[in-house]
Amino acid sequence: MSVLEQVSQSLLHPQGLQHQDIEQVMNHLLSVPADLADIYFQSTHFESWQLEDGIIKQGSHSIETGAGIRVVAGEKTGFAYSDRLELPILLEAAANVKAIIRQGQSRQIKVLAKNDSTSLYAPVNPLASMADDEKVAFLKTIEQETRQLDPRIEEVMISLVGVYENILIASQDGSLKADIRPLVRFNVTVIMAQDGRRESGSMGGGGRSDYSYFMQQDQAMAFAREAVRQAQVSLEAVEAPAGTMTVVLGPGWPGILLHEAIGHGLEGDFNRKGTSAFSGRIGEKVASDLCTVVDDGTLAGRRGSLNIDDEGVASENTVLIEKGILKGYMQDKLNARLMGVASTGNGRRESYAHLPLPRMTNTYMLPGPHQPDDIIASVKNGLYARNFGGGQVDITSGKFVFSASEAYLIENGRITRPVKGATLIGNGPDVLTRVSMVGSDLELDSGVGTCGKEGQSVPVGVGQPTLKIDSLTVGGTQLA
Amino acid sequence: MQTQEQIETLKNSVQDLLNEAKKQGATAAEAGLSVDDGLSVSARLGEVETVEYHCDQGLGVTVYFGQRKGSASSNDLSPESLRETVSAACSIARHTSEDPYAGLPEAGLLAKEFPDLELNHPWGLSAEQAIEYAMQCENAAREFDPAISNSDGANLNSHQSIRVFGNSLGFLHGYPSTRHSLSCSVLAGQGEKMQRDYWYTLSRNADDLESPVQVGQKAAERTVKRLGARPLGSRQCPVLFSAEVASSLFGSLVGALSGGNLYRKSTFLLDSLDQQILPEFVRIHEQPLLPAALGSASYDAEGVATRAHDLVTEGIVRSYVLSSYSARKLGLKTTGNAGGVHNLIIEPGDLGYAGLLREMGTGLLVTELMGQGVNMVTGDYSRGASGFWVENGEILFPVEEITIAGNLKEIFKHIVAIANDVDYRSNIRTGSVLIAQMAIAGEA
Repeated sequence: MSVLEQVSQSLLHPQGLQHQDIEQVMNHLLSVPADLADIYFQSTHFESWQLEDGIIKQGSHSIETGAGIRVVAGEKTGFAYSDRLELPILLEAAANVKAIIRQGQSRQIKVLAKNDSTSLYAPVNPLASMADDEKVAFLKTIEQETRQLDPRIEEVMISLVGVYENILIASQDGSLKADIRPLVRFNVTVIMAQDGRRESGSMGGGGRSDYSYFMQQDQAMAFAREAVRQAQVSLEAVEAPAGTMTVVLGPGWPGILLHEAIGHGLEGDFNRKGTSAFSGRIGEKVASDLCTVVDDGTLAGRRGSLNIDDEGVASENTVLIEKGILKGYMQDKLNARLMGVASTGNGRRESYAHLPLPRMTNTYMLPGPHQPDDIIASVKNGLYARNFGGGQVDITSGKFVFSASEAYLIENGRITRPVKGATLIGNGPDVLTRVSMVGSDLELDSGVGTCGKEGQSVPVGVGQPTLKIDSLTVGGTQLA
Repeated sequence: MQTQEQIETLKNSVQDLLNEAKKQGATAAEAGLSVDDGLSVSARLGEVETVEYHCDQGLGVTVYFGQRKGSASSNDLSPESLRETVSAACSIARHTSEDPYAGLPEAGLLAKEFPDLELNHPWGLSAEQAIEYAMQCENAAREFDPAISNSDGANLNSHQSIRVFGNSLGFLHGYPSTRHSLSCSVLAGQGEKMQRDYWYTLSRNADDLESPVQVGQKAAERTVKRLGARPLGSRQCPVLFSAEVASSLFGSLVGALSGGNLYRKSTFLLDSLDQQILPEFVRIHEQPLLPAALGSASYDAEGVATRAHDLVTEGIVRSYVLSSYSARKLGLKTTGNAGGVHNLIIEPGDLGYAGLLREMGTGLLVTELMGQGVNMVTGDYSRGASGFWVENGEILFPVEEITIAGNLKEIFKHIVAIANDVDYRSNIRTGSVLIAQMAIAGEA
């Protein structure tokens, strides 16, 4: 059975809906001259299990089903949604939504079921991939093994989350597309105490897979060991420096730099409106020659990957910056049409109850020519930042922050003392022009990223090799 | 359907959920239902941009089998879904562990009185009227100053929600509430000099909103003031948090005093009850029953009666922020704060905003914060900031691309004064706050 048949069967048929009903709603929408129209059906099954104090303290389960109906004319969008998939309700929503457009020539469409696109992940239901007994036993085992790692551990908190999403998208061009998206995440947080000082360490990961992801190659314990290591380092950390200095970012998750400094500013909506610090700068030099940055939704099994985006467009590997030159923006259908370009498969929405926006998938920098050790050795005095919390950007002024959670001083070309967490702040359009060395060690993050924009959260990935930035402001407390 | 009728229908569904839980073997249960309806429109560059009709509903149930607990939720309120959701919760409870502290609150603590808190003020706004207000607002912003160069638009939201909650101890109550807001965001300057800022008004009653023109003009005024912003060289100096960002400091305080962080030992304010953590002049209290306020509620997320009480007086912690569960874990009594605080009032001082600027003399005025940068376990604080450099109580120039850092324990102890320019748009009501000294990092 194809994914489209599978999704139709699970999402539409229990509600008594058939493909011809979708056609009817679409034709109702298209009784006005719309540039874009779509109906987005979604069901999401979610579960989470939480271990704390050595016991399975909480479990929760949720099911959400609904449909969002959108019509766009020029820059105007009408939108309504319903959590009841009943034809009369969908028709009423369509009537409300199309009121935004003045009357005009109507069109008729015929919904044609299209073939499925590529498959970057198996259409599995993670919730059903393991018996509940096994999930619970698994968490307990990890907890016991984690507690053995260090006698200073006071608390261990573990969570296991699984999501199983079915989506079906009908568009005004007559296409009908479906996707089945699994997503799992596992997280360990430890609190450690020594001499009255208390620190935490946290690590997790996952991807578009089922729970077997965490059983392979000791993956879950690898996260636990990493959480403990981070807490151990924090217990030794001294005050972080304050001021502008050379900063070396480690590989992997520090790629949140690219997400904040570059990524958001290159989303199509801001550039169409001219509100981004990167507006109108295609073809200009915005980074050093060493920098090539892509947004790639086509990586198999990654947290930010999608077979098709939430407008039914196949994901792409979009070059954002090539050897320092700004090449392109990330587009959804609406903004692509208004800018006279094609969608890049970046139209994403948190759920049927939200409008699609241009969003990132997996954003990373390609590897460069330098050995990571040589990069550290080249720095007389600076900061080596290995792990980060979240970040934020003002896309208009270009100012961005990201917060280091594990960092060290570099003194005379060597990594020395660990320092406390500190926020790093910079200016998106010029931070990459200060990149003077790029490592050969590209890593992608472990699969924990969630990006927020206009109140909508979507899972994303980031990555990068080790990077040297000649000058960046470090927000510690120790003034030089 | 009339609101009151709808509440009765939802109450019946909650009762059905509780009955179903009992039928499926649960020894205790609690359940909630919510229905939210709303309209959201935006206008940009004088044209309507989006019209969104919102309609959300949800049900959630928690069941107990002795000391084992399971939760489930769904957005389908049909009888079949009710049964399935209860069954999902029961299935989870079969796998969670015995937790001696789990369970419903003590029956005696549940709310018995439900005063009218004046939370429900439906606006009855049509999409056309909403668009008209949004356009007025955005036009006022764009016409305010020739430096305004672009717009992110104005957004009007009007929502009504109905919440019904019940438990197997016999508690069952529901109430409607409304929220209306209007926001505007515009840009000034060109290219690399571009700046953006915003303003918003938010209230339960549309009559209490600032006018569309006021909102637009404030957004524009704030944006224009940011033109020419520059970094500041690293230094130690006094920092004044304007009222709209100061609430985040007290948000961190609430987090640090909350039961969940206390029993996990993941707070820098561990064992702080009866300890002095703020200067003597600081009083912080919760007023859950203020009419028409954003955080008002006569009971918390588990049905426990809320009450007006002091969290901090004379700078000393008088109460933690507890639910029944965290209270039991800590050997204390719930403070009616399952789900958070309800109208936290930071008692204002005598000075106004201008007075506080003069009190600071020379230092940094922060009007926007960026990033998370707060470590709840240690209190370490480091965030991106923008605002203004102030000398002799006068604003000299706008500042951006800097960080402010310190440790919240020290920051709280070094509050010099709290102004009376209270921001009423938040569940945490505070005026501007002056801190004696923090570390600023930036490029000189």
